[in-house]
Amino acid sequence: MDFLFYMGDVFTPINFGLLLLGTIGGLILGATPGLSPTMAVALLIPFTFQLEPQQGLILLGAAYTSTVAGGAVSAILLKIPGAPANIATTLDGHTMATKGEGAKALQLSFLASAVGGLFGVFLLIFLTPVLAQWALAFGPSHLFWLAILGVTVIGTLDSSSVVKGLLSGCIGLWLATIGFDDIMGAQRFIFHPSVSGGINVIPALIGLFAIPQVITMFTKGRSSDDAEVISVKRHPIRLAVVEVIKRKTALTIGTLTGSIIGLIPGVGGQIAGLVAYDQSKKFSKESQKFGTGHSEGIIAAESANNAMVGPSLVPLLTLSIPGSPTAAVLLGGLLIHGIFPGPDLFMNYPQVAWTFIDSMLIGQILMCVFGLYIAGLAASVARVPHAVMAAIVLGLAVFGSYSVQNSMGDVYVMATLGMAMYFLERFGFSAAPLVLGLILGPIAEANFIQGSMIANATVGTGAYFFTGWLNWFLILIVLASISYSIWMEIAARRYTTKDDAVAKEEAMS
Amino acid sequence: MSDLPRSQHIIASGLIAGVGISVAYISFTQEPADAFVFPRLISSVFAVLAIWTFAKAILGRTKVGNGISADAMRKMLPGLIVAIIYVFWAAKGLGFYTATTIAFFVLVSLYDPAPHSDIKSWIKRILITAGFMAVMYGLFAALLNVFTPREIFF
Repeated sequence: MDFLFYMGDVFTPINFGLLLLGTIGGLILGATPGLSPTMAVALLIPFTFQLEPQQGLILLGAAYTSTVAGGAVSAILLKIPGAPANIATTLDGHTMATKGEGAKALQLSFLASAVGGLFGVFLLIFLTPVLAQWALAFGPSHLFWLAILGVTVIGTLDSSSVVKGLLSGCIGLWLATIGFDDIMGAQRFIFHPSVSGGINVIPALIGLFAIPQVITMFTKGRSSDDAEVISVKRHPIRLAVVEVIKRKTALTIGTLTGSIIGLIPGVGGQIAGLVAYDQSKKFSKESQKFGTGHSEGIIAAESANNAMVGPSLVPLLTLSIPGSPTAAVLLGGLLIHGIFPGPDLFMNYPQVAWTFIDSMLIGQILMCVFGLYIAGLAASVARVPHAVMAAIVLGLAVFGSYSVQNSMGDVYVMATLGMAMYFLERFGFSAAPLVLGLILGPIAEANFIQGSMIANATVGTGAYFFTGWLNWFLILIVLASISYSIWMEIAARRYTTKDDAVAKEEAMS
Repeated sequence: MSDLPRSQHIIASGLIAGVGISVAYISFTQEPADAFVFPRLISSVFAVLAIWTFAKAILGRTKVGNGISADAMRKMLPGLIVAIIYVFWAAKGLGFYTATTIAFFVLVSLYDPAPHSDIKSWIKRILITAGFMAVMYGLFAALLNVFTPREIFF
């Protein structure tokens, strides 16, 4: 029950103030179409430099939680999902809003998000120490395979093409090797002075997530989004609470689905919401009402995408393997404060780890309370013209990258990687595996070298990396994720026309 | 898939294959060899996957990625040029705040759907730019104490 011991730290004036700021800001940012949770957290990292580690993490964690929930506002009131995680919410949420029940849809959405989110954080609280204890037994070979697993799973599950997903991961791993070699001090791939010290993770993250979005906004030209904000009539919150309790099957399915999917590295909230929606429909006695503004659809989707948030941090805090792109960005936030997550995080930095987790617990409640009151404001912000939004994001990206080390080199790296990522995305490559490769590359290399040294002195490299049940277990998961994705890709191609694929990719981009 | 994305796929995957092969070549030829053990491992997979992707593009079997349409390219180009000038020259040459003010105003003016003949829209753009710069100055100069390159005007 360590989490209760550190609960009081969340309520110090600065910590609680940052939690409020992150929650309210996250709700507004989340409602803005095009500003994904990952991008919002990446742009916020430079603002945490001058904060204490736990304060920075509180801000980032609150923003992560709230941006996921805030995306429901624009999904319901504008029919534009704030983030991919809110796609399923649009199906029933917007239909309900057009019937004059926008307030009810928002209330259901935030209440379900809070229930799902709280369950997810409790799972994080109880699973993390157990896994961390277990992970203490991991040696260099296991950590090497874990890093490879992180890149492979996200590369295969997060991309439309297995080969391009893995290739993105390889590009990220290669980028991580640029700079001076840690052991020999040799120069590697230094083709420009800006990268002589290696590629700094924070500017790279900002560039990879923010710049493609800026360019996408440019491609819309001078057109305006004519989405109309649906007005919200008052609806008693008491009735929404009763409705959520009444729809406990959808709530349970959503919460459990989101939690399980969150634990699997690489599978994001977008899938959690859609899978939960689909499963609730199957188990519902009123399945024919789904898509017509039915409360179960909103409850299932929103509880799932917030339940995913807590468990997605379990691999990060225990094994230092980020389970999602946003977790990868949070890892960047930890690294700049000199904190390396892993099995001993809870022994070396218990205050940082538990205060952060506790703040996510309180953040879920704040998100629900404030979400209900500022939904109207958030929807108005969501209508900011994309010309202004593109210019704001570009400005923040430049200032944010520069402020990491007061270096123009970081700005050049940010812009170059961002522009390259936009073009790569247009050809089916994905940012998530590239980011994971960039972050996990140094972990993989350090453990590979360390493992090779041990191997050379003992059983030999082959025997060291390919013997033992844990090594084989991890290798089998790597192979299984690749095989499963190839099988799914073949199956999808068999039943999907090219027009469907083109339409799907356009929608995702 | 139309011919336009196919040719684009060949160019894009060809470039990536070029990078993959170069990285592999450097990894296997540079010294000291011990410093390049991990890059060799990575670059071998990188090069194989990149060549595989390139071969698929040449054979017209690329299934994902819509490429970039001429219309999208036409619309993005002005913004991209402004962004490149801003990032790679103006931010250091003119100073961060001066360059950001100009870039922000130009970008908003380029992509704002409001008619350029309307004087009110110009006033609105100036006010939005001023508001944004005030927030940026407050955040980065006053709050975070970030020392940006010297400004050309002050």
